Amino acid sequence: MSTTTTFVQQNKWWTGGKSPFNLEYGKLMMWYFLMSDAFTFGAFLISYGTIRFSQNFWPDPNVVFNAFPGAGHANLPLAFVSVMTFILIISSVTMVLAVHAGHNNDKKGVIKWLIWTIIGGAAFLGCQAWEWHHLITGEHAVLMDGQLNIVGQTTSVNPWGDLVTNEAAIAALAKTPHETLVNLAHLSDHNITHAAAMKMNHDDLMKTVTANLDALHIRKNGPVAFGGYFFGITGFHGFHVFSGVVINIVMLIMTQKDVFAKRGHYLMIEKAGLYWHFVDLVWVFVFLCFYLI
Amino acid sequence: MIHPAFEEVTEHHHVDDATFKKRVRNTTILLSVITVIELAIGLAIYNIHKGENPSELLVLMFKGMVCILTLAKAYYIVSVFMHLGDEIRNMIMTIVVPLLLFVWFIGAFIWDGSSYKNLRNKYDRHFKESTMPVKHGAHK
Repeated sequence: MSTTTTFVQQNKWWTGGKSPFNLEYGKLMMWYFLMSDAFTFGAFLISYGTIRFSQNFWPDPNVVFNAFPGAGHANLPLAFVSVMTFILIISSVTMVLAVHAGHNNDKKGVIKWLIWTIIGGAAFLGCQAWEWHHLITGEHAVLMDGQLNIVGQTTSVNPWGDLVTNEAAIAALAKTPHETLVNLAHLSDHNITHAAAMKMNHDDLMKTVTANLDALHIRKNGPVAFGGYFFGITGFHGFHVFSGVVINIVMLIMTQKDVFAKRGHYLMIEKAGLYWHFVDLVWVFVFLCFYLI
Repeated sequence: MIHPAFEEVTEHHHVDDATFKKRVRNTTILLSVITVIELAIGLAIYNIHKGENPSELLVLMFKGMVCILTLAKAYYIVSVFMHLGDEIRNMIMTIVVPLLLFVWFIGAFIWDGSSYKNLRNKYDRHFKESTMPVKHGAHK
């Protein structure tokens, strides 16, 4: 750092024949691309914020994101997303190490750390796939249009509205179709198999569901925009992670084929590294906007 | 080691391995600790919401703290991991100054959303009655 500072003071940067920013052209352009990408993500997140501030009710993230793979119906708010966050932080660290190995022209080091970074990226994508699947296929009892429905989180329906009083739920039960009652009976008490619920008559189903109302946590439908923003923004980020993994795989192949060794420098790894850190940076803000606040 | 691709770059940053490792390790620990604090605050907010009379002010303060911690994390990722802190000042400014647009961007749009909500609550009774959460006391 100190050597750079004295150098900056001594040098006339704009006299030509050298980069006035002391940066290789491709790396500088990567920075400007990332700046524009920051505006794209920023605009998405700000638009989400605008819609959220225009609503009287917004789902509590701790209610929406409380599942963990293999933990069944256990209520574990923030647990899974913290795993995802740490995966990205660690993969960012391994990328720093890959870039550093490149500085030292250490081919083996570059290969080793790139492989770890790729594994981290793939693990993150796997987590995101699980989370999306869990949200979309989830079964939640929701009071919509005066009757009860079983829905998951999609871009057209949001099951995370305000909690419904028992009186309102019982009133809606009378208008709920028989098939939904069968599913509600099974959902409210997993000891009642779906087949057993099918055999029950309408009145028994009503009684069973009424007795188990608390287990259903019946809610109104929430703001529809939630799904579109969540899937849109985490999807756009996931697409960046995916392209980052592809870029890192290309870097790995080029390193193994000695492309950079013959070139005499590993500047390309630095550019891939900048992109990868940016993906981590965006996640920090996605994590804030969707899961924490 | 002047290579053709390096000609435009006059000064190269050379950090010795020990300093580099120390810096990366410290930043990793820092980022992890901040994330753990953020998660703790997130859980605190969850427990406040579960309580009898959730204090909106306390929740808002916690959310503000998380925002500040996130900005700190962003600063360390950009400055250390992306080495922006090691570049020359003019270059840093070409990145940072345009990003100042976000100050207006966030403020104006959040304000707009909030104003739209207030207008609708005032003039659209159906919107107000159908979307305003009912006070349940304790949330399940």
